[in-house]
Amino acid sequence: MGEKKKTTIVLFSGDYDKSMAAYIIANGAAAYDHEVTIFHTFWGLNALRKDEQIDVKKGFMEKMFGKMMPRGAEKMGLSRMNFAGFGPKMIKDVMKKHNAMSLPQLIEMAQEQEVKLVACTMTMDLLGLQQEELLENIEYAGVAAYLADAEDGNVNLFI
Amino acid sequence: MIVDKVLDAKGLACPMPIVKTKKAINELESGQVLEVHSTDKGAKNDLTAWAKSSGHELLKHEEENNVLKFWLKKG
Repeated sequence: MGEKKKTTIVLFSGDYDKSMAAYIIANGAAAYDHEVTIFHTFWGLNALRKDEQIDVKKGFMEKMFGKMMPRGAEKMGLSRMNFAGFGPKMIKDVMKKHNAMSLPQLIEMAQEQEVKLVACTMTMDLLGLQQEELLENIEYAGVAAYLADAEDGNVNLFI
Repeated sequence: MIVDKVLDAKGLACPMPIVKTKKAINELESGQVLEVHSTDKGAKNDLTAWAKSSGHELLKHEEENNVLKFWLKKG
């Protein structure tokens, strides 16, 4: 299947709304039979975090980062109108009304559709995130692996 | 027209109609026809573009009581 088209997305943002956009495009592209990669870096890594606390050895700074960042997709804030956490509650209500899928559901759907989810190992180190804290069945890589996917890609986004 | 499968995607929001359509058409043989029902306003443009790019043929579409109906022939 050498002629399959490719979609590659860099998810840099840790916002609920922006991550939703990334995952909707990824799911759409998978339905277009593209080979889809989402490369999660910096705050975007939080979308891959498990929602429970995982016991791992960490230094002080890493612990602080871990506490301050959202633990998993469900806990992310909005890029606009977050209102100290009230914004996400409102939007999730509206989403239910319109039958839109939640971010955790979109991530699950992406995995079902074999979207390749990649965690950037360099920024994992910076933010003190360890493999045990992230979802199962994801890949770990750096810029070169991303570029290998992106250089013959047809759609390439930075979100 | 002989319809081999009917997909009810009513009430589903983007990107689900297209994701479900893709899944449903995967289960058909080439030449078979899939009928899709959707209430998503974007579905007409979405399905037309998707069918073109994926090599399927959009035979017909119509609107009935705010439900969009499509007939797709698998390529």
